[in-house]
Amino acid sequence: MSNMISRVSNGVMDWVNARAPGMMPAYRKHMTEYYAPKNFNLWYYFGSLALLVLVNQILTGIWLTMNYTPTAEGAFASVEYIMRDVEWGWLIRYMHSTGASAFFIVVYLHMFRGVIYGSYQKPRELVWVIGMVIYLALMAEAFMGYILPWGNMSYHGAAVIINLFGTIPWIGDDLTQWIRGDFVVGEATLNRFFALHVIAMPIVLLLLVVLHLGALHEVGSNNPDGVDIKKGPKGNRWSDKAPADGIPFHPYYTVKDLFGAGFFLMIMAFIIFFAPTLGGVFLEHDNFTPANPLATPEHIKPVWYFTPFYAMLRAIPSPIGGAIVMGAATMILFLFPWLDKSPVRSIRYRGLLSKVLIGLFVIAFVTLAWLGMQAGSTVQTWTARILTFYYFAFFITMPIWTRIDATKPVPERVTTHD
Amino acid sequence: MTKRSLSTFLATTFLALLLPLTAMASSEGGLEPSYADIGNRASLQRGAALYMNYCAGCHSLQYQRYSRIAEDLGLSEEQVTANLIFTGAKAGETVKVAMDAGDAEAWFAKTPPDLSLEARSRGEDWIFNYLKSFYIDETRPLGWNNKLFPGASMPNVLWELQGIQRPVYGEAEHGAQPHLESLELAKPGTLDHEQFDRVARDISAFLLYVGEPAAMQRESKGVWVILFLAFFTFVAWLLKKEFWQDVH
Repeated sequence: MSNMISRVSNGVMDWVNARAPGMMPAYRKHMTEYYAPKNFNLWYYFGSLALLVLVNQILTGIWLTMNYTPTAEGAFASVEYIMRDVEWGWLIRYMHSTGASAFFIVVYLHMFRGVIYGSYQKPRELVWVIGMVIYLALMAEAFMGYILPWGNMSYHGAAVIINLFGTIPWIGDDLTQWIRGDFVVGEATLNRFFALHVIAMPIVLLLLVVLHLGALHEVGSNNPDGVDIKKGPKGNRWSDKAPADGIPFHPYYTVKDLFGAGFFLMIMAFIIFFAPTLGGVFLEHDNFTPANPLATPEHIKPVWYFTPFYAMLRAIPSPIGGAIVMGAATMILFLFPWLDKSPVRSIRYRGLLSKVLIGLFVIAFVTLAWLGMQAGSTVQTWTARILTFYYFAFFITMPIWTRIDATKPVPERVTTHD
Repeated sequence: MTKRSLSTFLATTFLALLLPLTAMASSEGGLEPSYADIGNRASLQRGAALYMNYCAGCHSLQYQRYSRIAEDLGLSEEQVTANLIFTGAKAGETVKVAMDAGDAEAWFAKTPPDLSLEARSRGEDWIFNYLKSFYIDETRPLGWNNKLFPGASMPNVLWELQGIQRPVYGEAEHGAQPHLESLELAKPGTLDHEQFDRVARDISAFLLYVGEPAAMQRESKGVWVILFLAFFTFVAWLLKKEFWQDVH
């Protein structure tokens, strides 16, 4: 019996290989013969988890689309229809809404991993830049998805964000009209955001993910020691030419990521089943009221993953200034590879100065996220101003402090080699 | 601290920093907790009866079907049709009001809002406190005002049960309106304080259920999902350990 199965499957494989001879080499290049450093730690789970969440968003999104109505009249009611009358609709919707927040959590952690281990440094600049484009695309995707439930916060949040483009001199008004397709946020806006959210942006995201992985596999993965395993000794159990400290991505990291995925899904399931709104952070109270142009919510605020930038926007007194600062705060992240002049990659071999400044940067970012959710008292606004200043100072002075900071000698090989 | 434990420490710190965000966002100021519990079926059934008798005349539940109430609250459709439907609706229909929208506008100056998602947008504790905060106020068109929601358009429909509350004002500062400090019972109703709290709690619990009927099954299903995932993660861990034996 097993003999017959292997005969049939070998026959099928031979048939396919004869017709697509490039397939197996590509599989080997990216899976069984892609040698990743063997010292990946906890931080290295978040890349594969981001991919897992992307798949979750696409699958649950397809099923949501089956019952969602993209009209101003029907959108809100159709979401409630999904929550109540569609079999398992509530689960699909919560998986999608929790997935949106989870996407940003894993992406922020993934980016932070790159920062502490200097993964953006030469030769991985392109990997970082493509990753940053993914982050921008993800923000656009999330923003357009957030309008779809057509709740009151969807409506007024979208109105505020779109109006940011109105601060641009000369073309501002025309530009916002062009984005909305109307003089105010309305059904035309909802329709086009729906189209962009379910078709355009997912295609862009998938393409970018392929490019991100392609660029990574050209140069190879970094690791917590920031050691170049390709420059180290050659030869491991699988190949004479492969780096000694590398192990095949499949099966080693596929099984490891499988374990990570299981653990991550447990946390996801806990939120989905026991706290799907997470106290109004993942699904906001004001968004359970249908969109009403005449009733502005008391505090208009975006969802948590945009609040660091929103806090910066509000911290600047002039609207155009705020919009510029907000834009600059995201765009400056692109420059990491060129602002960091440190001779070492990993934080493990950097001095106290880098550790303190990066630590403060995390505190500033998280505090700004919190401030962006608040009403904005005088103290809060001034705190946001100081932290915004620190945010930019961190980047602008990076060429200096990365140069003057003491470093420790980087080992020849990863620290866990035998 | 070893390098490995340092990175674990950094990861936990990062996650721990995210947590206060959620705590901050969920805290609401100054509301007495309702202790509304959707696991308490008797409370939900009483709440449904109270809602249909006292609230549903004006407030629709446009997303809630009578048949779903029957199913989720352990009632038969006959029981629901006989006791909870006052509009002649069929069991499969949603809870609508008999009142004409134009009349509502004329009587209350605005159409009474649909309450399907009231517990989700304002919270069940808010509803509980709102129901208990009505007081007599001759300056209002219907003679009623609400301490939690000043200028509310609706009268206290539960006054026969609760009795009539009178406002107690603090010292008026120069030129300012006296501050409304508390409410005191001027005329007792048919229920005492504790019994009326239960009424308000039952209605809050019913609206909590109506806000998210899926909540009735969500948690019990979640336990099984998490148990399965825990098993899956354990097997994946064993698999990882097995494969990684030869990595040094």
